[in-house]
Amino acid sequence: MAKSIDVSDLNIYYGDFLAVEGVNMTIRAKAVTAFIGPSGCGKSTFLRTLNRMHEVIPGARVEGKVMVSGQSLYDPAIDPVAVRRQIGMVFQRPNPFPTMSIYDNVIAGSKLNAKKMKRSEADAIVEKSLRGANLWNEVKDRLDKPGMSLSGGQQQRLCIARAIAVEPEVLLMDEPCSALDPISTSAIEDLIHELKSEYTIVIVTHNMQQAARVSDETGFFNLKAAGQPGHLVEFNPTTKMFTNPDEPSTEAYISGRFG
Amino acid sequence: MSVTAPPQPRPAKAVVRPGDRIFAGAARVAALTIMLALAGVFVFLAIEGLPGLSAPAHIYAPAEDFWSYVGPLVFGTILAAVVALIIAVPFSIGVALFISHYAPPRIAAPVAYVIDLLAAVPSVVYGLWGGLALASAIRPVMDWLYENLGFLPFFAGPPSVTGRTMLTAGIVLAIMIVPITTAISREVFAQTPRLHEEAAMALGATRWEMIRLAVFPYARSGVISAVMLGLGRALGETMAVAMVLSASPVVTLNLISDTNPATIASNIASNYKEATPDKQALLIATGLVLFAVTFAVNFAARWVIGRSERNVAR
Repeated sequence: MAKSIDVSDLNIYYGDFLAVEGVNMTIRAKAVTAFIGPSGCGKSTFLRTLNRMHEVIPGARVEGKVMVSGQSLYDPAIDPVAVRRQIGMVFQRPNPFPTMSIYDNVIAGSKLNAKKMKRSEADAIVEKSLRGANLWNEVKDRLDKPGMSLSGGQQQRLCIARAIAVEPEVLLMDEPCSALDPISTSAIEDLIHELKSEYTIVIVTHNMQQAARVSDETGFFNLKAAGQPGHLVEFNPTTKMFTNPDEPSTEAYISGRFG
Repeated sequence: MSVTAPPQPRPAKAVVRPGDRIFAGAARVAALTIMLALAGVFVFLAIEGLPGLSAPAHIYAPAEDFWSYVGPLVFGTILAAVVALIIAVPFSIGVALFISHYAPPRIAAPVAYVIDLLAAVPSVVYGLWGGLALASAIRPVMDWLYENLGFLPFFAGPPSVTGRTMLTAGIVLAIMIVPITTAISREVFAQTPRLHEEAAMALGATRWEMIRLAVFPYARSGVISAVMLGLGRALGETMAVAMVLSASPVVTLNLISDTNPATIASNIASNYKEATPDKQALLIATGLVLFAVTFAVNFAARWVIGRSERNVAR
């Protein structure tokens, strides 16, 4: 199921403003790829181009190629809605649907994909997804309670459950722990380790220790200079990145000497 | 920390700044004034209208007593308002969604502006247009409704030849309440948190599915308030209905015939000028009933909104 992503010469624009320039990378299937870099360097922007969420902002567009298992993501024949059904996303702040129960939140995506579903099927999907997100034991007795009644960390795991309920091929995470306390963060990081056996995971993080802990490969983004577009400075296996990076600026950033 | 602080002789008084005091006073006066005005209206209606409840029988002609006089009027008021809402609400929600979620900004802004402008047109103008232009233009539609849907009590006919019917009045009222319901709905739709919209989009929702998943649940209580404000306007609207309808004291669901119940407000407007003191008291009493009906509707609306908010907050 999990798929690899090839990005070549990707330029990302907001209107006429070039936000990220010339990205080339290969994201491996069934691995965790982390993006690090200072704020405003385009990591999240780049992440959002991988499931065509970038273009929901008026005027936003891309140039270049994103290939998911040999299929071009930006081919005119490709429906962005179909792309998002196969490439799930978890956001910076937990965003369960506020009026829906825990159960309905998890099943929301599946309801969009298949209009008619037996109750037993739906139950199975909800249990599998919540177990997959390590949340089942905490909520199994109150599935009909609103998703907003959970704690922040639980809400974020609920959002992960909602994303994996539609069995995507890739899971994108945009700073999934930045609004969470250390214990919830550690729960999510454990979850990422487990999920990578089934999914290709791409995570943006501000926390370099987190990148070092969870990822197999790391990309470092930076601005070329103030007012210039962001670009990919270095893309390497995480162990190499944190011990012996190719670029001096990567080392400077990782060791905290600039930023 | 020091534990040897000298005992305080008395607690320090909180500082009150003159600006705070003046503003608080002004706000309090404004709030009291509006309460007094409302109470004044109620007292006036009660005192002046009470004789109308038990006037000599001929005053109520062709009815016999107050309740049979005001009954058809209440019915007509509610019927006209309901017809208007049935037409206006889907229309308003559609326009509001178009402005907030579908149209590109350079189209959305002028459309919103024109809709707001509709609210500024005086109701007399709508009445003129409804009675003269719309009434004749709508006759083919009423003929069609009579021929194809005549089995429904609403379209039992026979269709009016003048076109001045409850349906026409309802349409005019609908156009009058569209601006307010649209404006409020548009505001609440536009306030839907981006986070919720993106949550739906990232699951692979189409635009419409995103609106159903994220926008409608968020906006529901706001849209209900919008509808209730529109209903309030429809209940109280005077001139447009008075100018469109040729009224008779009947209770009928038939929307397209020549005999239509008047509404309370239009009945007051068309009879007030030539009324005797007794008749005036009667009209004021009907005003009191309208006051009560509007109050009840608003109260019900608050309750509905409160309940749906409690459901969300639970």
